[in-house]
Amino acid sequence: MQRDPLVLMEGIDKSFPGVRALQNCRFELLPGEIHALVGENGAGKSTLVKILTGVFQKDAGRIIYKGKEVKIPNPRVAQELGISIVHQELNLMPHLTVAQNIFIGREFRRKGFPVFLDEEEMNRRAQELLNTLHMPIDPRTKVRDLTVAKQQMVEIAKALSFNVEVLIMDEPTATLSEAEVEELFRVLRKLKEKGIGIIYISHRLEELHHIADRVTVMRDGQYVGTLDIREATIDKIISMMVGRNVYVAASKTRDERSSEVVLEVKHLNRGREIRDVSFQLRKGEILGLAGLVGAGRTEVARAIFGADPVESGEIYVRGRRVVIKSPADAIRHGIAYLSEDRRRYGLMLGLDVESNMVLPSMKDFLSFSFFVNRKKAQEQCEEYVRKLRIKTPTLAQKVKNLSGGNQQKVILAKWLMKNCDILIFDEPTRGIDVGAKSEIYRLLNELVEEGKSIIMISSELPEILRMSHRILVMCEGRITGEIDASEATEELIMKYATMRN
Amino acid sequence: MGMETTYQARYTRREALRQFLMFGSLLLLFLFFSLSSPYFFTFGNIVSIMLATCVNGMLALGVTFVIITGGIDLSIGTVMTLSAVMSGVFITYWRLPVFLGVLGGIATGMLCGFVNGTVISRMKLPPFIATLGMMMIARGLALVISRTTPIYFTHAPSFSRIAMGSVIGRVFPGFDVPNAVLIFILSAVLASILLTRTVVGRYDFAIGSNEEAARLSGLDVDRWKTIIYTLCGIFVGMGGVMMASRLNSAQPALGQGYELEAIAAVVIGGTSLSGGEGSIVGTIVGAFIMSTLTNGLRILAVPQEWQIVASGIIVIGAVYLDIIRRRQTS
Repeated sequence: MQRDPLVLMEGIDKSFPGVRALQNCRFELLPGEIHALVGENGAGKSTLVKILTGVFQKDAGRIIYKGKEVKIPNPRVAQELGISIVHQELNLMPHLTVAQNIFIGREFRRKGFPVFLDEEEMNRRAQELLNTLHMPIDPRTKVRDLTVAKQQMVEIAKALSFNVEVLIMDEPTATLSEAEVEELFRVLRKLKEKGIGIIYISHRLEELHHIADRVTVMRDGQYVGTLDIREATIDKIISMMVGRNVYVAASKTRDERSSEVVLEVKHLNRGREIRDVSFQLRKGEILGLAGLVGAGRTEVARAIFGADPVESGEIYVRGRRVVIKSPADAIRHGIAYLSEDRRRYGLMLGLDVESNMVLPSMKDFLSFSFFVNRKKAQEQCEEYVRKLRIKTPTLAQKVKNLSGGNQQKVILAKWLMKNCDILIFDEPTRGIDVGAKSEIYRLLNELVEEGKSIIMISSELPEILRMSHRILVMCEGRITGEIDASEATEELIMKYATMRN
Repeated sequence: MGMETTYQARYTRREALRQFLMFGSLLLLFLFFSLSSPYFFTFGNIVSIMLATCVNGMLALGVTFVIITGGIDLSIGTVMTLSAVMSGVFITYWRLPVFLGVLGGIATGMLCGFVNGTVISRMKLPPFIATLGMMMIARGLALVISRTTPIYFTHAPSFSRIAMGSVIGRVFPGFDVPNAVLIFILSAVLASILLTRTVVGRYDFAIGSNEEAARLSGLDVDRWKTIIYTLCGIFVGMGGVMMASRLNSAQPALGQGYELEAIAAVVIGGTSLSGGEGSIVGTIVGAFIMSTLTNGLRILAVPQEWQIVASGIIVIGAVYLDIIRRRQTS
């Protein structure tokens, strides 16, 4: 039986300044179908979905909805058309009840006294809605008292209260337990029976067989293909996800096996985020830390750096056991962390280059341990501006006016000035344009040649393959694989990265 | 490089424009009042404007440091009163030497600041709430300790000379600028050095600009916040002693509302309430704008009630101008 598609997106192009996010993309959703949308981080899944929900405007292409071409200039129009999205980060007000959340912005009024809200009516309607979905939730409960899974149900119920016909689920199972996933799938199957089309974005490839009817794969902003779930093996999906040319590997000539271990982590644990993580970092090595978003790589890095607490685990620096309770402790042991979110965690954007660079090593630039020795500080800063080729007119330039690549170098300079020799780079080239990228790569190579040791977290497989001497792959807070650079392939990394328990 | 150079030039011009606007507003006020009344631009009146700026200015200097961290201190008005009362207790009740009384007054402010800083950084209370509490505590304590009556310093005439004597007048006869003005200027210079040349200032801006990034750079943010609130307390203590010396008495009922005037001065001076930005020069100009306005309107015989209204309009106007400027340049 050939059904007319509910949604058809064709020839969708979208560019952002400097980036081509989507190129001639295609997506089709049938009524009563659960259609999985997969791809690596940055493949363009969210951009495509944001165009469908009116957050972004397409540059070219067309969207056919229920047989008619539609324009979706803003999220409100999408909602009126019956297209709703349930985000990974839930948009609920924790202090309000379930019913209040579901009907927020369109509350029922007391008949005859429209100044007053009709809470009873809202609770009754919410209860009806929840019942039809077989969700065991009391509409009078405050949302903050519900588990994440239940909160997600409330989001779905809220979407359905808008007479939704297309429901987009963005990584719905990322934070759910096994049993909760089952419960969610049951609800999704109910919706499917009602003829609702569901776009299902997920990194958990193995669960697609339980829930999806078809799979569309995207890569580098392009449509790769659509498979019927019966013919879609995990290997096939992975090869479609990563099938692209790998950059020529940089020279990695050192024999790392002979070098000393500078950092060793033993049995690091924190809840579900970090599970029994143990590894060694050798001197002069770039250790790649691969995995999908949410695999726990950043959490491990921040834990080693003392930015977040751990429940258990030991850290050894050059063979000596160290206790790291704060970033200050980590820095004292020569460990530095360069966050993926530079603007939030790395820089004082409103301050100048010099202030940013000298901050951790302030004590080296004080006279009478109180007055800032500007001259000495400036000399040092200028030296590093030269050494790292930071493009800034003066040291007095505010950091927010620098390009992404130069901001990253400012952060690097600040740690080098503090003599940190264990450097943890979290997504070192995120938000950095292509030209500056290769310069960052060259810097990383120079640093290890000087005897520094680097842990490089990256979600870009080519970057991991090109730069690392050794690769650790994480999935769901665990290290699922260790690969030597000589044996590493994208397929192998993806296999470990999706290896769930 | 070429483009970045223009950035820099534009940036410098922007800052210059801003400083110019600030001083310009003050000059404009002076010009307006001078033309409106022959009694405004006289030596005596200028001195009285400066004198009126001193106490409020002292509080404003202290709270500038706090506001740059992104915090706020609402307790400065009543802590100032408490400091004044405590110096009265030390000097008049306990008959301690004047210099000990002065130090005791300053120490009182410092202690209150330390408590504020500790409650905010260790107990993680929002600065607004913590200092609101301290504001009420200090007011209550000042009333309790003084038994709600003013404490006079009549037996210690040297106390009054701290603020109202004139060292300058002795060196340059006829140029009788009260010491209070001199002390304020010295304090302002000290504050400016602290903010621009020392580690305190550096960390102050760093915390206000991005507290989390500061922590991740290895700063002991809690400790430095405590230090900064304590520093604010020291300036407030000095303000209290100066106030007592000027009035030759500690008035326990005075001081409420002073915190808002001081914060207004800081804000008029271009310090951002969201932190990370600000200057001592700005605060001083802000404080002068406030007191010039009050003084000028009084000379023009505008009723006191209307002077308050005018101050309010100036606060909103000045900050609105700043917001427009930011919007245009961002």
